[in-house]
Amino acid sequence: MSTADVVSDPLGARLKAYEGAPAAVAGVGKDPVNAPMIRHWCEAMGDTNPAYSGPDAIAPPTMLQAWTMGGLSGHEGRTGAYDELLSLLDTSGCTAVVATDCEQEYLRPLRPGDRVTFDSVIESVSGRKTTKLGTGYFVTTRTDVRVEGELVGTHRFRILKYAPARRPPRAARPRPVVDRDNAGFWQGVSEHRLLIQRCADCGTVRHPWLPGCNACGCLDWDTVEASGAGTVYSYVVMHHPPFPAFTESGHATDAAGPYAVALVELAEGVRMVSNVVGVPYDKVRIGLPVRAEFRTYEDAEGALVLPVFRGVEGGE
Amino acid sequence: MTAPTRVLAAGVQLPPLEIPVTRTLIVAGAIASRDYQDVHHDAELARQKGSPDVFMNILTTNGLVGRYVTDHFGPTAVLRKVAIRLGAPNRPGDTMVLTGRIEAVDGDTATVRVVGANALGRHVTGTVTVTVPTDPAPPAPARTRETVAAAPDPKDRS
Repeated sequence: MSTADVVSDPLGARLKAYEGAPAAVAGVGKDPVNAPMIRHWCEAMGDTNPAYSGPDAIAPPTMLQAWTMGGLSGHEGRTGAYDELLSLLDTSGCTAVVATDCEQEYLRPLRPGDRVTFDSVIESVSGRKTTKLGTGYFVTTRTDVRVEGELVGTHRFRILKYAPARRPPRAARPRPVVDRDNAGFWQGVSEHRLLIQRCADCGTVRHPWLPGCNACGCLDWDTVEASGAGTVYSYVVMHHPPFPAFTESGHATDAAGPYAVALVELAEGVRMVSNVVGVPYDKVRIGLPVRAEFRTYEDAEGALVLPVFRGVEGGE
Repeated sequence: MTAPTRVLAAGVQLPPLEIPVTRTLIVAGAIASRDYQDVHHDAELARQKGSPDVFMNILTTNGLVGRYVTDHFGPTAVLRKVAIRLGAPNRPGDTMVLTGRIEAVDGDTATVRVVGANALGRHVTGTVTVTVPTDPAPPAPARTRETVAAAPDPKDRS
């Protein structure tokens, strides 16, 4: 470890000092190798290998570590050094742990009745590493497993002790800007009604909502409720970039895929931008008949109701 | 019916094995391996530690990799080494597909490269060293057709 590392990562330097220290001395397996634990293991793994049952049964070699586990009652024989190392990491925020590597060598099979003992050494501690899970340190231990003093297997185990990366809170869907002029439209949407403005003088319908009539300039208006019927007048398919707000779940691979944004012409004659749902994005076409419906999106900012347009099966 | 002959030659592919990653498998594997880390059985505590759900522990993965190799080579196969590295977590609802390829053969011992892939990517990559005793040649005279037929077929598994 270079001086620069010591300066830039004093914790790492302290952790390095544990390399070579024993992690467990004369640990004793809590149970002798036994048929019930072997059977439980085989059931869990779906392993029906006949070598693991019957009078000449051996334990599945990959169970090696299981015989050394402390279980709920904890480890015996664990040294102060290993606990110190882990608590040093805990108190520095590296509270989470994940196992990354396991390398086992089996020198002879274990059989029911074998009493396992083990010694473990802290083989290495990595420098500070930033991973997808968070930032922390890899700690590698090597364990020698013995039965009556005979080495039966070795087990190298690497864990990452890390400070969990903060998962950014799910981005909320952008909210419509509601103002004096369009408040009536959004009030209607919240009641699952699609309202179209109509000039009180010349009767021309308009969308989006505006203070005055484009046809005659009259400032008076009323509304008509749209039937919901319409057709796709034009559309684009959004491929990139993906917007986290439009991701359907928290799953990393569920980033919003391509989706269609359509300009829908309502039966009443006005056009409105929205999503087409119920139709794969690559099946949306100009002239596709659609029908309005209302979707409620729940996110960090609460519930948001939006009109969307569902493709109508079989056309008009 | 004769015991299947498993070709020990570099380049041989093992048939894939699909493992449905159920919550039950994750919890049963963790407990069978005496691993009580909360992230392997308690979804709420797993979330607090940055994982969206519980995930499979390395001991279960190790067991499944060992099973995959001995399923293929049969009950006489002896595992010598299993070395695995974990990548993408195995979470409930996913499916892990194990594939393997014999990389090298030295006498009756093969080195098998194993990969377990799920929807997120590679859950496990590893190397298994396995000894597969060759059939005693010539067969002992006392070994009758009946006793051969009675030998368990490693592929006869539920």
